[in-house]
Amino acid sequence: MSADSTSRHVPPRAGDRGPIDVRIDTPGREGLTGTTAANIYTPLDEAEQITMAPDGRAMDEQPPWRQDFPIDWAQDHYVERRDFMKFMVLTSLALTVGQFWIAAQNWWRRRQGAPEIRRIASLDALPASGVLTFAYPGPEDDCVLVRAADAALVAYSQKCTHLSCAVRPRLETGTIHCPCHEGYFDLRSGRPIAGPPRRPLTLVHLDVRGGIVYATGVEERTV
Amino acid sequence: MATHRPFTRQQRTTIVHGMLAFVLMLVLLQLWLLTATMNAYLGGDDATIWPAAGASLFCLLLSAGLLRYLYRLDRVRR
Repeated sequence: MSADSTSRHVPPRAGDRGPIDVRIDTPGREGLTGTTAANIYTPLDEAEQITMAPDGRAMDEQPPWRQDFPIDWAQDHYVERRDFMKFMVLTSLALTVGQFWIAAQNWWRRRQGAPEIRRIASLDALPASGVLTFAYPGPEDDCVLVRAADAALVAYSQKCTHLSCAVRPRLETGTIHCPCHEGYFDLRSGRPIAGPPRRPLTLVHLDVRGGIVYATGVEERTV
Repeated sequence: MATHRPFTRQQRTTIVHGMLAFVLMLVLLQLWLLTATMNAYLGGDDATIWPAAGASLFCLLLSAGLLRYLYRLDRVRR
């Protein structure tokens, strides 16, 4: 291989394009029309690079903005995949931030400590097959207290574990129903039995002392 | 004497395709980690939170390292 064939190709500059050859069968410009100089279509640095910047310099010597918005198909493929990879790394960053946001939320939740014991109702005010709503532990945390036909007491958060709609007990079927997306929970355990919810309802621990029902804590569960 | 030749565009496109496949798998893993951790957190289970955060950070560093290598390839060429 000669030294000339291995040397870097020097792109033609505006001043040395030579005379315009209008013949359609000129080597290197077959099938093209018009009167553009034939040697402007000669390959530059790479075989896939067919266009040339107005100043005649190679693409590697062009400013970044021109390299980031290429005209050649192959270069455009490369740049868009590189940008897609950059977008994926940004997505990865967002997901990592999300993980640490959960960690921060967990730290905050643990810092709050256990909720205080609070009086809910007297047993006399809640007959068998009766339902009572209350807020625990915060004023925005709606809960439901159910006294079943056999006098057993259970209490759950009213937020559905699917999308936080308010759930309603159905004593006649022994279920708790979420009307938003037709989710069903078992009344006795609070575990999901049908529909989209996957986690049990948050359980409110109860204590009965002297005919008074107290809420003593909450338990979030995964199964 | 060996001379360093920059990658051609075709070679760089192959490299970026390989990196993309790897980074996509890492991002999918991170997405799974996030949903699993969120489910555990909402269920009151906080044992997995910090290990999952560490694994996610590791995936991010790996992805960012690959991207940095890709930009270095471009810089060498320029």
